[in-house]
Amino acid sequence: MARRRVQINRTILGAVALGVVVCLTLGTLIAVAMRAEGAGRLGPADWAAIRFTLWQAAASATLSILLAIPVARALARRSFPGRSVLITLLGAPFILPVIVAILGLIAVFGRTGLISQALGVFGIEPISVYGYHGVILAHVFFNLPLATRLILQGWLAIPSERFRLAASLGMGPSDIARTLERPMLREVVPGAFLVIFLICLTSFAVALALGGGPKATTVELAIYEAFRFDFDLGRAALLALVQFTLGATAALLALRVAIPGDMGTGLDRAVTRWDDTRLLRVQDVTAILLASLFLILPLTMVVLDGLPRLLTLPAEVFSAAARSVMVALLSAAVTLMLSLPIAAFAVRSTSRLVEGIGYLTIAASPLVIGTGLFIIVFPFVKPSDLALPITAVVNAAMSLPFTLRALVPALTAIERDYGKLADGLGMTGMARLRHLWLPRLRRPMGFALGLAAALSMGDLGVIAMFADGSNATLPLQLYRLMTAYRMEDAAAAALLLLALSLALFWVFDKGGRVDADR
Amino acid sequence: MKTALSFVAGLALTTTAALAADKPVLQVYAPDYFASEWGPGPSIEAGFEAQCGCDLEFVTGDVMPRLMLEGERTEADVVIGLNTDVTARARASGLFAPHGLDVSGLTLPVDWTDDTFVPFDYSYTAFIYDNTKITDAPTSFDALLAMPDDTKIVIQDPRSSISGLALLLWVKSIYGDKADEAWAKLYPKILTVTKGWSEAYGMFTDGEADMVLSYVTSPAYHIIAEEDLTKSAAIFDEGHYLYVDLVGKIANTDQPELADAFMAYVLSEEFQSGIATSNWSFPSKLAAEKLPEGFANLPVPAKALVFSEEEAEAIRKPALDEWLAAASK
Repeated sequence: MARRRVQINRTILGAVALGVVVCLTLGTLIAVAMRAEGAGRLGPADWAAIRFTLWQAAASATLSILLAIPVARALARRSFPGRSVLITLLGAPFILPVIVAILGLIAVFGRTGLISQALGVFGIEPISVYGYHGVILAHVFFNLPLATRLILQGWLAIPSERFRLAASLGMGPSDIARTLERPMLREVVPGAFLVIFLICLTSFAVALALGGGPKATTVELAIYEAFRFDFDLGRAALLALVQFTLGATAALLALRVAIPGDMGTGLDRAVTRWDDTRLLRVQDVTAILLASLFLILPLTMVVLDGLPRLLTLPAEVFSAAARSVMVALLSAAVTLMLSLPIAAFAVRSTSRLVEGIGYLTIAASPLVIGTGLFIIVFPFVKPSDLALPITAVVNAAMSLPFTLRALVPALTAIERDYGKLADGLGMTGMARLRHLWLPRLRRPMGFALGLAAALSMGDLGVIAMFADGSNATLPLQLYRLMTAYRMEDAAAAALLLLALSLALFWVFDKGGRVDADR
Repeated sequence: MKTALSFVAGLALTTTAALAADKPVLQVYAPDYFASEWGPGPSIEAGFEAQCGCDLEFVTGDVMPRLMLEGERTEADVVIGLNTDVTARARASGLFAPHGLDVSGLTLPVDWTDDTFVPFDYSYTAFIYDNTKITDAPTSFDALLAMPDDTKIVIQDPRSSISGLALLLWVKSIYGDKADEAWAKLYPKILTVTKGWSEAYGMFTDGEADMVLSYVTSPAYHIIAEEDLTKSAAIFDEGHYLYVDLVGKIANTDQPELADAFMAYVLSEEFQSGIATSNWSFPSKLAAEKLPEGFANLPVPAKALVFSEEEAEAIRKPALDEWLAAASK
């Protein structure tokens, strides 16, 4: 009886949260399609865009994951001073606004960037970052940190008792990889791959700027063009549906491949590893050093670029920053309200569809969501009145895939390990949430909320559709500074944005790791 | 939960509070950059409000798509910041009313006879370069095409950017049927294509690109605001594509008198003498001797190239296909 009540509550809350997600994604798409005059048609250029989109997303995701595995393994195996700061810093590229990241990357990898200059000293030709490899490089830069974090979560979720047992059985690194690490990867990697694939699917400005031209056209750009120049809502909606279908197919495939592992339960002790060799140490140090260089150099360039004007920024930039922090906090709160019920529902439901729907927000076109919401609210209220709340909700929906990726495996493990015990104790509803879930979800939840807040901070998102002159967010203000030729002020605003995003992420993430991570 | 809700309500209310004043409100739709603190909006607002006894409110965003979405129900009274390449669609929407102004004294390089849209400033598309690095800048489009391929140029994508579209039309107006050959020669020099003007211009000022597609008036910003004389526009013998910023009145406005007054204000000397240094382009109705110093000395193209709006609309798709084909080789 008690068990049934839990189930009903969870089902209802989860279904409501899923409903919100479906309305935001498919609902807005339908709103746009209904407003269209006549159905759209896909031309040969659209098919080329679809092919390129799929190809670059798959390549970027594969490479990000392949590189992330050694880095995550190294971070999981080593403890050194500054490790937690490094882990936070490594997360930074992911939350950077696109325009800032592009300029940071170019400062390192561009024609006149650090690497080309260093090569020039030896009389070697400068490297070119523009082309397909540039797109992949940028996407790896954005997503390697996320992949590392997601895989690291998996590593840290292996109870330390398993490693003790392995050590007492005399297992070497390869035995541990076979019995403990590979099964964990099998569980974690498909989900991480999927998330990154979906992010790259909707990429647009990055692909264009570093792709070197129109060969690097993604579906999202075709949507933008249909909307902006042709005002062909039918075609925009059709393209959005294509993008959506690609995302959904990828989600179904990835979730099918993932095999839930069963590591059993531990006592949450810190992991000590006994399988250390000199070779492993060299491997790990190299992985950490290279990843740090790759990720932190462009960030350093952003910082150096922005420092000179930081203190003399116009007051409007700081008020926009305050507005952005509010939106980010609100967005984090909404994220929690959406993702926890969905995660709970997903764990109980036998169908993977629940989790799958949660992922779809990232495959939806932000432009179509914005336009659809505009069509829906315009008859009733002044759109600019809702600019900030709508931005917060859409941002929350956009970060769902990442938060679900962090929460669902953790909650699955909790229910698998302690669910029966909790049922036996009659622990349901709020009691179960407070005493079983929340304490054990703290780490993934801190990570998820930090990510949601930081992403919301840096996202230009739908605000451009709804803002009037007075309620700009920080990313929008950054664009405005650039449009007014104030590139140096814009660089300073970018630094402010980077610092605030990181601070928000750090506070939440730290909150989730107070006792667990030294 | 409750606090979150009141927070949302608070956010919503702060923006509506500004509307509570009794004065009539004139809603002016404008592109996002226009109404920002660093754009021309604030001084226009202050100037017009000083004489109209009204509240001028800018509503920003992607103006044309937004107007199309709103259709007849739009709250807009006036739309500012359209340009000649999208007016065909704007006109076809039937949302705009004739301006009824006398536009005979304009200082545009072309005759203006449009009875719906009024120009408030103009510029020409041009390639900007650093004159300390490029000392023998091309003086014609042909010369640009003949430059070595290691001269790197950043342009904007004509599918997402209005200046990118202007380049497409510029090439078409010079080379006509041979535009594909011109693109084939230009393409090896294109470093990359960006979504919008900002990314491209940022790459240029960061020193990543040698030239950037922008406007002949861009150097004026560096001269006036930064006292930096190193940025120049390459002036081509064949002429430059003209880019005209426009304002139009919405037909079913609920403030017709105010809207008319604003349209007239746009051509007033007060507006015109301020627009050069706030929107970094040439005023549409201001004698040359009244231009700010940095503008008066700017090199100006001898010939303005421009398509009629019907031509621009008809050319866009084929020119785009041509460009895509050249880029895919």
